[in-house]
Amino acid sequence: MANFIIWRLLATLLLLLIVSLLVFWACEILPGDVAQVALGQYATPENVRALRIEMGLNEPPVQRYLAWLAGAVQGDWGRSLVTKSSVSALLSERVANTALLAGVTTLIAVPLAIFLGVVMAMWNGRAVDRGASVVILALSATPEFLLATLLVLLFAVNLGWLPAVAYLSTGSGLGQTVRALLLPTASLVVVVTAQIARMTRAIIGNILTQPYIEMAMLKGVPDRRVVARHALRNAVGPIANVVALNTAYLVSGIVVVETIFAYPGLARLMIDSVQSRDLPVVQACAMIFCATYVLLILLADVLARVFDPRSLPQRPMDAI
Amino acid sequence: MTSVSASKRPSPTLLISIAILSIFVLIGLVSLVALPQDPFDFITDEPFRPAAAGMWLGSDYLGRDVLSRLMDGTRITLFMALSATLLAHLIGDTLGLLAATRGGFVDTVLSRIVDVILALPKIIVGLVVVAALGSSIPVIIGIAAVVYSAGVFRIARALGNDLKEMEYIKLARSRGEGMGWILFGEMMPHVGKPLATDFAIRASFAILFMSSLSFVGLGVQPPMADWGGMARENLGGLSTNPLAAIGPAIAIALVSIALNLLVDSLDGDARH
Amino acid sequence: MSDTILTVDDLSIATTAGTTVLDGISLKVCRGEVVALIGASGSGKTTLALAALGHLRPGLVPAGGSVRLDGTQMLTAPQTVLNRMRGQSAAYIAQSAAAAFNPRIRLGDQVIESALLHGSQTPDRARARAQELFRYISLPTPERIGTRFPYQVSGGQLQRFMIAMGMQEEPLLLVCDEPTSALDVTTQVEVMRLLKQVIADNQTAALFVSHDLAVVAQIATRIAVMRAGRIVEIGETQQIIEAPREDYTRELIAACQHLSLHSLTQAPSRPSAAAAAPALQVQGLNAGYGRVTDGIPQIPTLRGVDLTVGKSEIVAVIGESGSGKTTLARVVAGLHAPAAGTVALNGSPLAGLDMQRTGTERRRIQLAVQMADTALNPKHKLRRILGRVLAFFHGLKGAAAEARMRELLAMVSLPEHYLDRYPTQISGGEKQRVNLARALAAEPDILICDEITSALDTIVAGQIVALVKRLRDELGLTIIFISHDLATVASIADRVTVLRHGRVVEAGESAAVLSAPKAPYTRLLVASVPELRQGWLEDAAATRAALATELETSRRGAA
Repeated sequence: MANFIIWRLLATLLLLLIVSLLVFWACEILPGDVAQVALGQYATPENVRALRIEMGLNEPPVQRYLAWLAGAVQGDWGRSLVTKSSVSALLSERVANTALLAGVTTLIAVPLAIFLGVVMAMWNGRAVDRGASVVILALSATPEFLLATLLVLLFAVNLGWLPAVAYLSTGSGLGQTVRALLLPTASLVVVVTAQIARMTRAIIGNILTQPYIEMAMLKGVPDRRVVARHALRNAVGPIANVVALNTAYLVSGIVVVETIFAYPGLARLMIDSVQSRDLPVVQACAMIFCATYVLLILLADVLARVFDPRSLPQRPMDAI
Repeated sequence: MTSVSASKRPSPTLLISIAILSIFVLIGLVSLVALPQDPFDFITDEPFRPAAAGMWLGSDYLGRDVLSRLMDGTRITLFMALSATLLAHLIGDTLGLLAATRGGFVDTVLSRIVDVILALPKIIVGLVVVAALGSSIPVIIGIAAVVYSAGVFRIARALGNDLKEMEYIKLARSRGEGMGWILFGEMMPHVGKPLATDFAIRASFAILFMSSLSFVGLGVQPPMADWGGMARENLGGLSTNPLAAIGPAIAIALVSIALNLLVDSLDGDARH
Repeated sequence: MSDTILTVDDLSIATTAGTTVLDGISLKVCRGEVVALIGASGSGKTTLALAALGHLRPGLVPAGGSVRLDGTQMLTAPQTVLNRMRGQSAAYIAQSAAAAFNPRIRLGDQVIESALLHGSQTPDRARARAQELFRYISLPTPERIGTRFPYQVSGGQLQRFMIAMGMQEEPLLLVCDEPTSALDVTTQVEVMRLLKQVIADNQTAALFVSHDLAVVAQIATRIAVMRAGRIVEIGETQQIIEAPREDYTRELIAACQHLSLHSLTQAPSRPSAAAAAPALQVQGLNAGYGRVTDGIPQIPTLRGVDLTVGKSEIVAVIGESGSGKTTLARVVAGLHAPAAGTVALNGSPLAGLDMQRTGTERRRIQLAVQMADTALNPKHKLRRILGRVLAFFHGLKGAAAEARMRELLAMVSLPEHYLDRYPTQISGGEKQRVNLARALAAEPDILICDEITSALDTIVAGQIVALVKRLRDELGLTIIFISHDLATVASIADRVTVLRHGRVVEAGESAAVLSAPKAPYTRLLVASVPELRQGWLEDAAATRAALATELETSRRGAA
């Protein structure tokens, strides 16, 4: 088991290295000269050449990559081409905001989803379960931007209770933070909860068909306890795996939600930087997203393996 | 806990999902020949005019007919999603089954490449590649195809590996049967259904993915519009003509939900 | 009146689609009585057993009649009442203990669980009682064994835990659902003896479900023969065994006797053909899993195994789980590479894996496996399954192939129209026949049957065994018949080889080996085959005890 984890960690490091290479390379092949775009109407040939030298674009790519990588590992992501300020400074606040959004969403969604999933599995077959299943399925397939748009329409436009744009800065107090977070979080929570609940129901439903569940019932164990004590214990692994995976998938929802609500997070920063061709920022954002994603997937794999019944040792033979 | 009985009749969810999907496919086909108005024409000076005669869903931010643009967008969105998923399956199924039956070096190399692709969050890949190559329809279809073929590869490979262990496959090999018979004679009937199911689900992912790209401005570029792009351009008019932005968003949701319901009801029938 | 624990009154149960599963069953079980329910699969015996506990599997509904346990109507009682009675008034002993225990909860906790829930025992009292039971059923280290998890104890021990769990609250009725079917023959004796003792000591009433009449005859006071949801005949054990009234009962008894060691005396002795050039010769075979060093694999399953099979002989290879018999089958068939030793067909040595063998060699050795479900592609019609083999090995197509396929089906006694059926549309016994037909289609010299009857009921198993013998008699096939059960092979084997822990323990003419075995293990195997007479169980237990020490030393010596 320890061997497995160590190997996976090493593989993950290698993976991150490859990812950094890909990110760097992708930004390298951007059409259009970076310096030219940055200078805009002041782009005379001399200015462009000078800026290229200043930006270090003349050096061979391998050298630039290594320099970038070395800097990134120490926390120095270079300078923004647009604002000329340190990328790390730009990042820190944005990363915190996005982490806040993701964190609050997960904290609300996961317990809610597991509870719903368990309840639906227990009521399997009854009309309530069928209706609830369809609703949950529909919600899990709904795009976040539909939900977000509807919420904005209802709460911001019609009722005026909440802002359509999320104002959040380092000085914001708790009340303002909550008001800024409410709609974005709600849009995300609904979809993520539905997805996790759906998987949980399938997992528990599957466990409930196992022979030892029938045996427990034949011993007179009441339904609720059968689920709580017998089923859940065996469901922990697969459910943890599902939760970790869905947290990783949050990234696509976050991109959309931050756009709609103009939430000052990392995803919006990345989109803006892509549009303004601000390479160092794009590279940094991509790396952070990718690294988080990879680590969450690793966590999911490890959890699945640790709780897999097949990882239990073999049964001894009957002695004759 | 109550018992569940098997039903021989098709479930209502199955029928509803097929109905929804058929309607949209029909709209897409109709849009090739006839539309209420020209989707690119400014038919009114007033942007975000609420629904009226001749403009059943009102006008968009430039004064164009929302309904016509929506129908036009149906064709674009569905075409892009289907092409991407088809490509993804062509690549993923072939390579996946090959990796499973061949094993060894081929399997290892392909699996590692797929691992790297799957390690990248799809939308981030989309953003970066669009930044590099610009956002045109072929580029977007290409990104989606590559990214999703990795997932299809995993599934096809897993199917192949499971089948490999079946006694009748082992017996066929021990007879001395060639790869051709084993893949097409013995395995194919088993992989048809699971792969078709995956196709439907993946198509729904593709629609959501590509719409999200358009929604953040990096997808289909104006004046053409797929549903995601329409939702984006008309967000500003939520207070006057909300249908302009919500219409396309609902369309995306409907197709995605219908596909999910379809797959779920087919799986359910198989379970019983 | 208070002596009658269970009363089943004209009980009918059907599926939600309307198919009858139980049809007007009436039955009484009194204190201290063991009523056996015997029948083939599909006879409804498990449904009846579960109904005694008020439990119907998903898809089943009551269609009339009642089940009364200690005065309570079980099919209409509210869930809380049922929960209270289960474990306390009636306990269930499942067929597969391995599946019935939650893999992640300690065994001791699972044993006392229902007692604690019912409040019938305090935690301390419950644990003490559990420990008493562990000692009573001869589990090693009874004070500590309750802290183990299911994967840490053997299959036989798990079955004992099941019995302890059932007896924890001293129930009035014990429902045993094929409790020994999943066990090795030698372990079966132990568990049966234990059950009999437990029931006698506590004067418990018991319902004992089985498909094996010989097993049931050891323990039942009365036997109810079931078929297609009805009780065909019910009476005292003695009467059923010696003077059955119904034809079906007679069929069951005949099948049971056919597959017993007594049939040995009826088999005509064949002259030993092994002296002449043997059809198949295995010498010094080592096989297993993992890396091979010096011809010995990391995890050995076969060690120095020799086997000689003469032309048109039926040689039986007997072994319990872990003996390596399946590995032997797979090595000979070319599905598993040996680590050392040779396999020779008609004198010429064969390559280890079938991929390295010639087409002719592959054709001449055919393998029929136990699980016919996975051996036949469920998406292929039988016509395709058989046709492929004919086309592949003999180039037969079209009308010629069709004719040959009909011949093959006739050989295994299946009707012609089955060619258009799928494997999912035929029964377990029929699938085995198709398995054999497919092997025959190749026209092999040697047919290896790997436990082909183990998953079948007694009557069906008997028919398959008879078929195998007929194939040898009519076609001159050489057959290697692998089984864990001596009784199955007694009627057809010319010679027998006994395997234990990967080594050959004894080999020779079947008459000699089975009636006068030399090795202690073989003696134990022979003594463990249930006979259709009462009192056999006690004899077998005595023999087993006597052999125990001999076996211990021989096992340690071999390891």
